[in-house]
Amino acid sequence: MAHPLQRQAEIVELSPVGGHHRLVLRAEGIAERVLPGHFVAVAVGGPDSSMLLRRSFFIHRADPTAETIEVVFAEQGRGTRELARCRPGDTLDIVAPLGNAFSVPSGAVSALLVAGGYGSAPMFALADLIRAQGGSVGFILGAATGDRLFGVEEARALTPDVLVTTEDGSVGIRGRVTLPLTEAMRAIEAGVVYACGPTDLLEAVAETATAEGVRCFTAVEEDMACGIGVCMTCVLPVVGDDGVSRFARACVEGPCFDGSRVRWDEVGTIPADIEGAAAMGVH
Amino acid sequence: MATTPRLGALDPAAVDLTAPFGGGTLPNPVSTASGCAGYGREIAKFQPLAELGSITTRTIMPYPRAGRATPRMAETPSGMLNGIGLQGSGIEHFVEHELPWLAERGARVLVSIAGERVEEFAECARLLNGRPGVIGLEANLSCPDVDNRGLVFACNPATSYDVVQAVREVADPVLPVYAKLTADVTSITDVAKACVKAGADGLSMINTLLGIVIDTDTLRPHLTGTSGGLSGPAIRPVAVRCVHQVHAAMRAGEFAAVPILGMGGIRTGLDALQFVLAGASGVAVGTAIFNDPSAPLRVLDELRAALAARGFAELTDAIGYAHQ
Ligand SMILES: Cc1cc2nc3c(=O)[nH]c(=O)nc-3n(C[C@H](O)[C@H](O)[C@H](O)COP(=O)(O)OP(=O)(O)OC[C@H]3O[C@@H](n4cnc5c(N)ncnc54)[C@H](O)[C@@H]3O)c2cc1C
Ligand SMILES: Cc1cc2nc3c(=O)[nH]c(=O)nc-3n(C[C@H](O)[C@H](O)[C@H](O)COP(=O)(O)O)c2cc1C
Ligand code: FES
Repeated sequence: MAHPLQRQAEIVELSPVGGHHRLVLRAEGIAERVLPGHFVAVAVGGPDSSMLLRRSFFIHRADPTAETIEVVFAEQGRGTRELARCRPGDTLDIVAPLGNAFSVPSGAVSALLVAGGYGSAPMFALADLIRAQGGSVGFILGAATGDRLFGVEEARALTPDVLVTTEDGSVGIRGRVTLPLTEAMRAIEAGVVYACGPTDLLEAVAETATAEGVRCFTAVEEDMACGIGVCMTCVLPVVGDDGVSRFARACVEGPCFDGSRVRWDEVGTIPADIEGAAAMGVH
Repeated sequence: MATTPRLGALDPAAVDLTAPFGGGTLPNPVSTASGCAGYGREIAKFQPLAELGSITTRTIMPYPRAGRATPRMAETPSGMLNGIGLQGSGIEHFVEHELPWLAERGARVLVSIAGERVEEFAECARLLNGRPGVIGLEANLSCPDVDNRGLVFACNPATSYDVVQAVREVADPVLPVYAKLTADVTSITDVAKACVKAGADGLSMINTLLGIVIDTDTLRPHLTGTSGGLSGPAIRPVAVRCVHQVHAAMRAGEFAAVPILGMGGIRTGLDALQFVLAGASGVAVGTAIFNDPSAPLRVLDELRAALAARGFAELTDAIGYAHQ
């Protein structure tokens, strides 16, 4: 895990982007530590807030010169609603960078980046990294509705290989991101696939990539109470290097996992062969 | 500060924070609450562990335990509900892989142990004897007792007595044994009394309170375990009441006085001070760490300042002051 810092960050910008909010935060020492796939945990409502748990967001961009990090967030519940009401100049207590970043194979690779909704937020810094190593990227960006898409223009500025899907068919192909997946992987001869979005998307992408014999890395979004690895709320079943499955913490062992290591169909259960299952009466 | 009931404000740096712990003392009263600071590695990035009075590990059982299926938590007003289910790799793994790291950093480790049978508590205790870094044991009595219809040990003075006695018997005499109590009982003082009679050198209180959150979309309980433990500032008045009640019983001579490690919703130095005034010799910061990973050391600094502002030159002068 990255060595996170806790900082009072100043809100430099908070503005709408499509159906989401773009939040730019300035804080010393954080941007230069950020790798693609890292996230930030934001305390909402100040030190007396009745909302005790931080809200986590993927870092979209980090600019070490300006000392800023940028996130893209959707209003979901109380915390993100409150965040959307903040104003430039306000300060937020943040902890970042958090988590394990995406693994990037060395050298020139052809990578397919698949994202649902704001899941595309971490994909552009990743694309830059892959391209800086001489590789190339293609995108499949999907969402339920057009206003839930994020980064389509940004993706098109990087590559002509951009497919867009919406479930309501308002933009691009009607259906889910997984619909054109196999074809897209073959078209760009993808050597690696990256995915970020809801669990069912990650599961489908990991399954398809594995079936095609392609490496796949997924960034998960489990409910997190602490974000730093102490509370054990954010776990999911993952196969370790030693072949043993354990409940791994999404906040420190993840959020970026090798997609073939996550036991997707057993997320939310206690697999019978996971370490310590017997003590839970699961056999 | 308006309230200076004693001598007037002092220099915070001059406050003696030496805190009673078991039969001995610690350099200061602030610990972490079990399950809220892992095994220390992560919070060490936010504060030097050696500056805390102690750190309490998450509860360790003799064998690996997967814990419950997710979702394991829900945020509640000024608190949260958790149903982790004591996930861990077992005591041997802890002794081999976590404890040496803590000891190297000068951390004073209060190891929280549990089992589903009395012997399992003792098994953990035995393995901790003579290990550098360990300064005491905390028996987490909020575990279901398989030999007693799965009822939680801490619900019953007799089963609490059995656990404490078994642990005290095998633990190195230099290691204080703390009993961690639950407030989900008719009389916490009866359980406290049983624990002290069984040889407990200290009492930790309180553990989380049982609660349920129902998801109004799925129309089912949100946690996979149906109910979970409520923690955070929402439970603080209950916790302060428990400490006050048990300390009062000790003052009244109902049973021997032992140090109390108070916890439940401590977020600031003033919260910690409430526990001390109620009778706690030490305080543990739990859920607040999720909001602020540097909370334990901040609470210590704020407590020092709060004591100084009220003219308490020594922490021990403030312990139980609310009873005078
Ligand atoms: C690693 C990670 C990266 C994320 N990146 C982004 C991002 O870039 N943009 C974005 O819009 N959202 C992102 N999310 C999801 C975002 O954290 C939640 O939408 C947000 O916490 C909801 O908060 P709320 O107060 O609006 O909802 P509430 O329902 O009031 O939240 C209550 C509690 O549940 C937690 N919670 C609720 N929904 C989620 C969720 N989907 N995932 C994790 N925890 C949740 C909250 O953090 C909080 O602790 C990310 C989540 C994780 C874990
Ligand atoms: C996520 C979480 C995990 C916990 N795990 C344990 C545990 O393993 N053993 C234990 O004795 N108490 C455990 N507790 C209870 C705390 O140690 C503490 O008693 C309780 O949370 C009240 O303090 P707080 O409100 O400051 O968190 C846990 C609490 C939380 C929130
Ligand atoms: S969120 Fe606390 S361990 Fe991951």
